[in-house]
Amino acid sequence: MKNKTSLSPQEGEVRPSRCPDNSAFKQQKLPAWKPQLTIESVLSSFFLIGGFCLSVGVCLILSAKSVREIQIDYSDKCSDCSKLRENSSNWNKECHCSVNFMLKEDILGDVFMYYGLQNFYQNHRRYVISRSDAQLLGRNVNIQKSYCAPFTTYRNGTPMAPCGAIANSMFNDTIDLFYNLNSSVIEVPLLKTGNSWWTDKNVKFRNPKSYNLSSAFAGTARPPYWQKPVYLLDEEDERNNGYVNDDFIIWMRVSAFATFRNLYRRIRRIRQFADGLPAGNYTFRISYNFPVTKFKGRKHVILSTVVWSGGSNPFLGIAYVVTGTAATLTGFVITAIHLKLRKKKTYFQK
Amino acid sequence: MTVPREMPEKWPRVRGPGRAEEERRVRANAREYNEKFQYASNCIKTSKYNIVTFLPVNLFEQFQEVANTYFLFLLILQLIPQISSLSWFTTIVPLVLVLTITAVKDATDDYFRHKSDNQVNNRQSQVLIGGVLRQEQWMNVRVGDIIKLENNQFVAADLLLLCSSEPHGLCYIETAELDGETNMKVRQAIPVTSELGDTSKLARFDGEVICEPPNNKLDKFGGTLYWKENKYPLSNQNMLLRGCVLRNTEWCFGLVIFAGPDTKLMQNSGRTKFKRTSIDRLMNTLVLWIFGFLVCMGVILAIGNAIWEHEVGVCFQIYLPWDEGVHSAFFSGFLSFWSYIIILNTVVPISLYVSVEVIRLGHSYFINWDKKMYCAKRRTPAEARTTTLNEELGQVEYIFSDKTGTLTQNIMVFSKCSVNGHSYGDVQDVLGHKAELGERPEPVDFSFNPLADPRFQFWDPSLLEAVKLGDPHVHEFFRLLSLCHTVMSEEKSEGELYYKAQSPDEGALVTAARNFGFVFRSRTPKTITVHELGRAITYQLLAILDFNNIRKRMSVIVRSPEGKIRLYCKGADTILLERLHPVNQDLTNVTTDHLNEYAGEGLRTLVLAYKDLEESYYEDWSERLHRAGSAPEAREDRLARLYDEVEHDMMLLGATAIEDKLQQGVPETIAILTLANIKIWVLTGDKQETAVNIGYSCKMLTDDMTEVFVVTGHTVLEVREELRKAREKMMDASRSMGNGFSYQEKLSSSKLTSVLEAIAGEYALVINGHSLAHALEADMEVEFLETACACKAVICCRVTPLQKAQVVELVKKYKKAVTLAIGDGANDVSMIKTAHIGCGHQRAGGHPAVLASDYSFSQFKFLQRLLLVHGRWSYLRMCKFLCYFFYKNFAFTMVHFWFGFFCGFSAQTVYDQYFITLYNIVYTSLPVLAMGVFDQDVPEQREHGVSPSCTRPGQLNLLFNKREFFICIAQGIYTSVLMFFIPYGVFADATRDDGAQLADYQSFAVTVATSLVIVVSVQIGLDTGFWTAINHFFIWGSLAAYFAILFAMQHSDGLFQMFPNQFRFVGNAQNTLAQPTVWLTIALTTVVCIMPVVAFRFLKLDLKPELSDTVRYTQLVRKKQKTQHRCMRRVGRAGSRRSGYAFSHQEGFGELIMSGKNMRLSSLALSSFAARPSAGWIETLRKKKGSDSSAAGSPSAAPDKTLKV
Repeated sequence: MKNKTSLSPQEGEVRPSRCPDNSAFKQQKLPAWKPQLTIESVLSSFFLIGGFCLSVGVCLILSAKSVREIQIDYSDKCSDCSKLRENSSNWNKECHCSVNFMLKEDILGDVFMYYGLQNFYQNHRRYVISRSDAQLLGRNVNIQKSYCAPFTTYRNGTPMAPCGAIANSMFNDTIDLFYNLNSSVIEVPLLKTGNSWWTDKNVKFRNPKSYNLSSAFAGTARPPYWQKPVYLLDEEDERNNGYVNDDFIIWMRVSAFATFRNLYRRIRRIRQFADGLPAGNYTFRISYNFPVTKFKGRKHVILSTVVWSGGSNPFLGIAYVVTGTAATLTGFVITAIHLKLRKKKTYFQK
Repeated sequence: MTVPREMPEKWPRVRGPGRAEEERRVRANAREYNEKFQYASNCIKTSKYNIVTFLPVNLFEQFQEVANTYFLFLLILQLIPQISSLSWFTTIVPLVLVLTITAVKDATDDYFRHKSDNQVNNRQSQVLIGGVLRQEQWMNVRVGDIIKLENNQFVAADLLLLCSSEPHGLCYIETAELDGETNMKVRQAIPVTSELGDTSKLARFDGEVICEPPNNKLDKFGGTLYWKENKYPLSNQNMLLRGCVLRNTEWCFGLVIFAGPDTKLMQNSGRTKFKRTSIDRLMNTLVLWIFGFLVCMGVILAIGNAIWEHEVGVCFQIYLPWDEGVHSAFFSGFLSFWSYIIILNTVVPISLYVSVEVIRLGHSYFINWDKKMYCAKRRTPAEARTTTLNEELGQVEYIFSDKTGTLTQNIMVFSKCSVNGHSYGDVQDVLGHKAELGERPEPVDFSFNPLADPRFQFWDPSLLEAVKLGDPHVHEFFRLLSLCHTVMSEEKSEGELYYKAQSPDEGALVTAARNFGFVFRSRTPKTITVHELGRAITYQLLAILDFNNIRKRMSVIVRSPEGKIRLYCKGADTILLERLHPVNQDLTNVTTDHLNEYAGEGLRTLVLAYKDLEESYYEDWSERLHRAGSAPEAREDRLARLYDEVEHDMMLLGATAIEDKLQQGVPETIAILTLANIKIWVLTGDKQETAVNIGYSCKMLTDDMTEVFVVTGHTVLEVREELRKAREKMMDASRSMGNGFSYQEKLSSSKLTSVLEAIAGEYALVINGHSLAHALEADMEVEFLETACACKAVICCRVTPLQKAQVVELVKKYKKAVTLAIGDGANDVSMIKTAHIGCGHQRAGGHPAVLASDYSFSQFKFLQRLLLVHGRWSYLRMCKFLCYFFYKNFAFTMVHFWFGFFCGFSAQTVYDQYFITLYNIVYTSLPVLAMGVFDQDVPEQREHGVSPSCTRPGQLNLLFNKREFFICIAQGIYTSVLMFFIPYGVFADATRDDGAQLADYQSFAVTVATSLVIVVSVQIGLDTGFWTAINHFFIWGSLAAYFAILFAMQHSDGLFQMFPNQFRFVGNAQNTLAQPTVWLTIALTTVVCIMPVVAFRFLKLDLKPELSDTVRYTQLVRKKQKTQHRCMRRVGRAGSRRSGYAFSHQEGFGELIMSGKNMRLSSLALSSFAARPSAGWIETLRKKKGSDSSAAGSPSAAPDKTLKV
C-alpha cells in the first residue's frame, strides 16, 4: 500500500512530455539546396545545350551522309510471282525472279543486306501477343493455353511448331546476290548467322532436346504458311536450325512500326569482296514466296553500310541541329527580354 | 412501490436511429425494471471497427469510393480476353496497394478512437449499489443508478440532482464544456429529494421519473417525478448534464436519466460533417473531366480501329485473322474501345487520392510536431484533428473568432485606478517614463498583508504607499471595493480565503481591495466583515441595489460600526457621472481624462462613488422599499424608481480599470493576419461594450479608423437604414478621395460587386445580436454582407450560437471565400462546424469546441503560424503536387494514343507491362510525394512580418485552378507527343551500329520508357524548390530503381526461364541501351521536353514576378497614403469611446445574498437571520436571465439603448 502511494506521483512526473522533438526533420528545418532560375544559370544552360546539340547534330549528319545505301522495291518487279502467290493454292509452286542493278561506286566496309516490308502491321496487339515464348524455349507446353490462337493446332489436334501468327507469317523469300563481272556471274558470299542478338540466340530461343532435331519436333507440324517444317530451316548448319535459326529469330523480334527492315544477310568479306562491294552490275535472284499484294504491302531489298550511329537515317542529326539552333536562339531572346525589362524596372523605381 | 396513477401526456415523437423512444421512464435503484427499456448504457463508442469486422467493413466502405469501384470494373474488363490489352496485375497491384494504405490509415485512426473511448469509459465514479457506494467505471453506470459526485469532478451522465452538501439542495456547476460560459451556474434539487442526505435514505429512494426522450436541447428539460403518490414537475434547473464540472460543492447525488449516447452532450456533438477542401472538389471535377476525355479518346481510337479493320485489317487477315466472334470491323471497334479504356486508364491516376491523403497526413504531422505551436504553459502541442483540410489553411480569407477565451484569456486583472484625481497603475521606470512591457520592474510587495492573494500583481508602488500613508480617499476607495459587490467568500482554513465571484470583473476588484489591505472576509445576509488594514470591522448590510442592464450600476447601503449609513455605488461612467453632486465638477473632469486614457488602452472601466445618508431619510426610504418589494404589481418599476432616487448627488471617489487579459500576442497576430489580407470578424455572445473594448485592445479597431459604424436597430427598417447610411458614407468618402475609378459604372452591374471593397479609408462595423437577426433575413443579407465586407473589422456582439453559424454561412454562400472559425466554447461549435475550417481553442481535454474542430491549439497567436506557414506551404505543396501528378500521367498515357495511329488502333501498349504497373507506384511516386511533403518556397523566418501577403495566391486560388490544370495537361500532352514522335523519327528505317534492326518493338518500348522516366525526373527536379536529403534520395533513388528493375527484369535469364511468357523483354536492356543512338534519342527528348518549360518559367518569373512581391509593393504604397489620410482625421476623435459597465454579470444575485439562501448554516448561525419574504429568488434569477437572453434574440424586448460609439 505504501509502495503504491509513493509510486504514483512519481509515475505522474515521469509522464512523457507532449512537447514535440526539436529535430530538424520535425521542425521542417532540414538543410536543403534551393535552386533558383537565375538569369545566369538559365542563359548558360541554354547556350551550353544549344552548342552541344549543334555539334552533335553536325556530327550525326556528317556520319549519316557517309552511309551508302541501296534500296530496291521488288514487289512490282516480280508481278508474275506476286499474282501467283495471291492464290494460296499455289503455295508449293516455286517462282523466281531477278532484279538487276548497278553500283556506280564501290561500297566499302561491312555491307548488310536487309529485306524491308511496308504496311505489314507487326505491331498489332493481337499479332504481338500471338506467340509462345515457352514453346520457343524448347519446352513441351500446352500451347492451347497460350495466345497463339488461331495458329495453335490443326483440326486433328497436331500442335504447330512454332505456333502463333508471328511465326506463321515469317518472311520466306530467298534472296541471293550475284556480281556480274565481265559476263561471268559470281555469287556474292553472304553470312546468314551472327545477325541476331546474342541473348536471343542463346537465351530466348532453344530447340527442344532430343537426339536429333527432327525427332525433337516429332508430333508437331509446321505452321500452315510455311513450306517446310521448322527443323529444315537450315539443313546445312545444325546450330542455325529449328528455333535458333537466325532468320526466324529476327522475324520473331517484332517491329515497332508497320514499315520496317530486318537484317537478312551480311556480305562475307573475302576475295573480291574483301573491301566491300566493288562497283559494277549486280543481280538479286529472288525466290518469291511471301505474298504482300493482298494487304497492299511492299517488299524491298536493301544494301547498306553502317557507322557508329547506325544506318542512314538523317532524322536524329537534323533534329539535333534544329534543337541546338532553337536553344541558342531562345537564349538570345531571353537575353533581349531580360535587358529590356531591366530598363523598364529601373524606370519604375524612379 | 408507487405507480403513477395518471400518465403524462405523450412527449412529441422523436425519431432516433432504429427505434423511436416516445418517453423515458426511469426508476431509481431498480436496475431490473429499467433494463426492460433497453436504454443506452453509459459506454461511449466512437470507433467504427473491431478486429473481426475491420476487413469486410473497411473494404465495403472503400469500394463505395467511385475511384476504387472504377478500378475494380477495369479489373473485371481485363479478364475478358478479347478486350484485355494489359495483364491483370497492372491494375490489381496498384489497387491493392491503394486499398492497403487506406486500410492502414483507417485502422490507425480507429485505434486512437478506441483508445480515447476507453479513457473516457474507464473514468471512475461512485455508484450507489445496494445501499453501498462502489467505485465503478463510467461505462458501467446504468440509467436509474444513483451516483455521487465530488467537487471538481466531471458529471458522468445526465443526472437529476437529488441532494447536495449545500443548503437547500443547491449545487454549483461550470458549464464551460457545454455552452462555453465560464461563470458558474446554480442548480437546485427539488425540495422533496434534497432532504435525502445520506446513503441509506438514498438507497431506499424509489421515485420514478417520466420525462422527454433524449434530445439535444441543452437548456430545456421536461419531466415529472412520481414518488410516494405525489408528482413533482422537473425542469432543467434540476439537471446536471454530462460534461459539466461540479464546483464549490463538496458532494452531490444524482439519478442517472440519460446515459452515454443519449446524453445531451453526445446528442449535441452529432456526426461531424465531412468537410472537403475546394481543391478536393476541384479535383473531383477534374477527374470527371478526365473521364470524359478518356471516353473521347476511346471513341476516337475505336472509330479509328473500325476504319482500320475495314480498310486494312480485312486485307491483313491472312496473317492476322480476326478473333473468334468478331465478324465486323464495327464490333472490333467496339471491343477496341474497351481495350483502350483499359490502357488509357492511367490518365485517371489511381494513386492520386491515396497520394493526396499521404501528403496531407504528412502536413498534419508537421503541424502536430511544430514546436512553435506548442504551448509550454498548458503543455499542449497543436493538433491537426482532421488530416484533410491542410491546404485550405493557405486559402483562408475570413476568420470568425469568438472573443472570450479565444482572444482573451477570460482573466480580469485590476490594472489601474484613479483615486481623487490621481491616477495609479502606470508602470514607470527610473526616469518616470512609462516603461515598455518587456522591462517591468518588480511587482509591488504585499507581504505585509497575511491575507493577500499571492497571485495578484500590481506594478505601481505609489498606490500602496498612499494606503500606508492613510490617504482617506484611497481608503474609502478600497473600502467601497470590499463592500460593494455580490462575491461570496469561503475560508477553508484561517487566512485561506476563496472568493466565489459571479463575474470575473468583480472578483478582480475584490481581490485588489484584499491585497491593498481591505480584505473582504465573510458575509451574512445582514453583515459584511472586512479586515481593514488588520482590523476586523463588521458592517451592517442594509440593502443591495442590484445590478441590471438598464441601471448599469450596483450599490450597497451599509451602516458602519460607528453608525453612519453610507451608500456605495459602482457603475458605468456614462450613468454614474450624471448622478454626481455638482461639487464634483473639477474632479469629474480629471477623472474623465483618466477614464479616456484607460479606455484608450482597452481597459474596462468603472466609476466609484459614495453618498452619506441621513438616518431619518434612510428609515423612510427603506420603509418605502419594503412596501414596494412586497407590492403585488409593478414591483420592479417601483423598486427601480426608489433605487434611482437614492443613487443621486453622489460623491465621486475614483475609477477602476480592469484589464480583460488578452491572450499572448493577439494584437500582433491580428495585425499580421490583416496584412495577409485576411479579414477578421469577431462574433461574441458578450456585450457590445466589452466586445468593442476588446476590439480596441487587440487593435482591430483603432482611433485611426475613419469611422466605426454601430448598428443597433431594433426593427428591420432601422437596421436597413443604418446599413444604408454606413454604405453611403463609405461611398462618399471614396468619391471625395477621387481615386479615379468610376464606381457608378460598376454599380450598374447587378452582381455583388467589389466596389465597396475598393473603398478608401478604414471602417469598422459593430452590430448587435438583434440587429443581426434582421440583417440575416433573406432580403437584407446581401446588403449586410456588402457593408460588412467593405469594413476592415466587423464585430458582432450578443449573437447566439445559431447566428454565429448563420454569419459564417452567409459569407460562405456569397463570397466563395474560405472561412475559418475559431472558438473555445460549446457556443462556438455550430460556427466551427459550419466554417470550412474549424479551429478549437484548447482549454481542457475533451472540450466540445475542440472535439468539433479540425485543428486545435492553445494560443490564438498560433493561428498565424498555422495559416501563414503551414497553410501556405500546404497549399503550395498540394498545388505543385497536383500539377505534376496530372502532368506525369498524361505524359505517360498519351503516348499510347499516338501509338494507336501506327499500330492499327489495336490497343497495343507502348511500354512493357511491368513498366505500366510500376510507373505510378515506384518510378515516379516518391519524388513527387517528397516534394508534396517537404517543399518550401520562402524561407520560414521571412514568413513572420515580412511577407504575410504571400498567402495571396492561395486566397485567389492561383496555383491550382482549371487554367493551371489545362496548362499541366497541355505540358503532359506536349511531352507525350515528343516522347513518341522523336523515337519514331529516329527508329523508323534505322539500324543498329552492328547492322541489325533497331526499330523492333521492344527496343522502342525501352527507349520511350527510359526517356519518359528521365524526363519526368528532370521535371520533378525542376519543380522541387527545396532539395532536402530526402528529395535527393527519392529522385536519384527513383532513377536508380528504374534502371535496377529494368536490368533485373530484362537481364536476368532466371526470371525468363521461370516465366518465359511474362518476361519477354529478356536481354533487351543491355542490347538496346548499349546503342549510342538510343542515348542520343533520350537526351534529345529530354532537352526538347524540358527546355521550353525552363524558358517559360524563367520568363514568367522575369516578366511577371511573384504576385506576392507586387502585392507587397502596392500595399506599401497604399499604407503611405493611409497614414496621411489618418493624420487629417485624427483630431477630436479621442474620448468619444468609453467603456461601459461591462460586468459579465447575472442579475438577481443581490437578492439571493440578502435572502441568505446560499449561505452555510454555520455562518448563518452567527447572525440573527430573519427570513425575508423572498418569493422564489431562484425564479427571479431565472426570469431575469431569460429576459436577458431574449433581449439579445428578439427585437421586441426592452430596448437597452447602449451608448453609441
